[in-house]
Amino acid sequence: MNTAATHSKAHMLRRVFVWELPVRVYHWINALCILGLIGTGIIIGNPPAILSGKEAYAFFWFGTVRFIHFVAAYVFMFNFLFRIYWGFVGNKYASWNNFIPTNKQFFSDMWNVIKTDIFMTKAETNHSIGHNRLAGFIYFLTFIAFAIQCLTGFGLYSATSDWWLPSMFTWVPPLFGGDFFLRVVHHWAMWFFILFAVVHVYLVFYHDYVEGRGEISSIGGGWKFIDEEVFNKNHPGNEPKK
Amino acid sequence: MITETKPRRATYYEELSDKGYSRRDFMKFCTMIAAYMGLQSSGAAQVAKALETKPRVPVIWLHFQECTCCSESFIRSSHPIVADIILDKISLDYSETLMAAAGFQAEEAMHKTMKDYHGEYVLCVEGSVPYGADGVYCMIGGKTSLDILKEAAEGAKAVICWGSCASNGCVQAAKPNPTQATPIHKIIKGKPIIKVPGCPPIGEVMAGTLVHLLTFGTIPELDGIGRPKAFYSKRVHDSCYRRPYYDAGLFVEAFDDENAKRGYCLYKVGCKGPSTYNSCGIMKWNNGTSYPIQSGHGCFGCSEEQFWDNGPIYARMPNAGGFGIEASADKIGMTALGVTAAGLAVHAVATNLRKHKVVEDLIEEGKQSEQELKQD
Repeated sequence: MNTAATHSKAHMLRRVFVWELPVRVYHWINALCILGLIGTGIIIGNPPAILSGKEAYAFFWFGTVRFIHFVAAYVFMFNFLFRIYWGFVGNKYASWNNFIPTNKQFFSDMWNVIKTDIFMTKAETNHSIGHNRLAGFIYFLTFIAFAIQCLTGFGLYSATSDWWLPSMFTWVPPLFGGDFFLRVVHHWAMWFFILFAVVHVYLVFYHDYVEGRGEISSIGGGWKFIDEEVFNKNHPGNEPKK
Repeated sequence: MITETKPRRATYYEELSDKGYSRRDFMKFCTMIAAYMGLQSSGAAQVAKALETKPRVPVIWLHFQECTCCSESFIRSSHPIVADIILDKISLDYSETLMAAAGFQAEEAMHKTMKDYHGEYVLCVEGSVPYGADGVYCMIGGKTSLDILKEAAEGAKAVICWGSCASNGCVQAAKPNPTQATPIHKIIKGKPIIKVPGCPPIGEVMAGTLVHLLTFGTIPELDGIGRPKAFYSKRVHDSCYRRPYYDAGLFVEAFDDENAKRGYCLYKVGCKGPSTYNSCGIMKWNNGTSYPIQSGHGCFGCSEEQFWDNGPIYARMPNAGGFGIEASADKIGMTALGVTAAGLAVHAVATNLRKHKVVEDLIEEGKQSEQELKQD
């Protein structure tokens, strides 16, 4: 049987376990929450006009929309907290240092990604395994956006609840002089999520298309694939076992 | 002790009996105000005892940059004793609006109170203090309001900021704040300051704050921005009688539509109830007659910091500065989304041109493998 090794152009791909199950579960919970929060958030910000001859007791749809928003917000926040925790106990692709720049190399790698994948000054592709440096840094910004949404959102919510958890956010509104400003920040920040989601999905397709290493499926099964050569170069003395 | 050298001051109850109020009237007042203050039922007795036994507290009430709507609101609070207890000659030693004296005599009265009751009197301030042009925008008796305030605050036991002007500067502090109107808490340091914002504040809220001070001798529990929690801890939205329409998603779309006639929720025409903390929905105004939302107009958000600069009155979201007149967050967001989509489309085309070789190789390799598999 002919194998790929027999012709010169063939890639010998090596399977790498990149995204652990908790990371993948986090990703999809996060995606669903964000979609739900954006959808309900847009409705809460500007509810559609409904004309009805019925009495108010016949409806509770706006209350339900808000309820979904709040439930999703709780799930989103705990999911986010879990991801921070996993940044310290997860594998090296999940670690916090993929996101927060700690050295100059981080920035030069990031610049390299910008050149290769955004401005395409090079015709080749990169060989990052987990997050590339630019993506990692953008995710760091999204974590900041998550924190902003949690603080402003629960800050706004805190006055309507007596539970200790939202009550932990009562300090937020006075810090910004009341609910008005929080409301505006919360609304504006939503657009960051919308733009992020669009670019994120596009880039996943882009990487899968030009690199052919299982970018899209990796968030389902956790596997990515890298060239045997690249693997050996990065792991000298760590030749694959038979 | 200095106090012993002074003539004994009458208690509130004594002053009220002299004015002809019956014991029954007095107890009714105590019960009402205790209820407004959110005390438990035994609180009425505490209030009564305090007003029976404690000598009246001298009050100096200063007016700076303001419209006197706070005083107007105060004298219209629902129980006549409220006005009598503070605004009659009993307690008010100095108030530009309500005192009988004028000119030198008035200034003399104020200074006498400040000297005789140093560390005991309560300073009430209505209005903000202008810093611009060395404070000439507000001068009384030849002195700037800043000097008057500092002098009066020096010996005060506590400072009460009546209304939004004193609490956050209100309309005269709105951008661009030409007179550099400044709220009291930014000027006076080291004194207990109670903010009672609102434009104006509710009369009963003002009375309740004062009575708390008299009854317990302490300042009431304050929220994060210095307002008494008893009156400012609930959102107007949460005590609104139109709230069921909000939950049902039934909104007024325009002030002259059918939904407005039906009394639906004013959320979409800019009601600030969801971001405003006050007692309007519960206490209402003018002896419990009505309040803005009940009159068909959205809440103004007047008890919140800088409410004039917090966006349009009749829309939910403020427009963004620097993006043109009609640029709301959503319009800018939609534009950014369009630009992003266009950028991605360009990138996608560029990818197919620039990464042509890599992609070709992948496709070639894939096809070759496909054919080799077929040959087997």
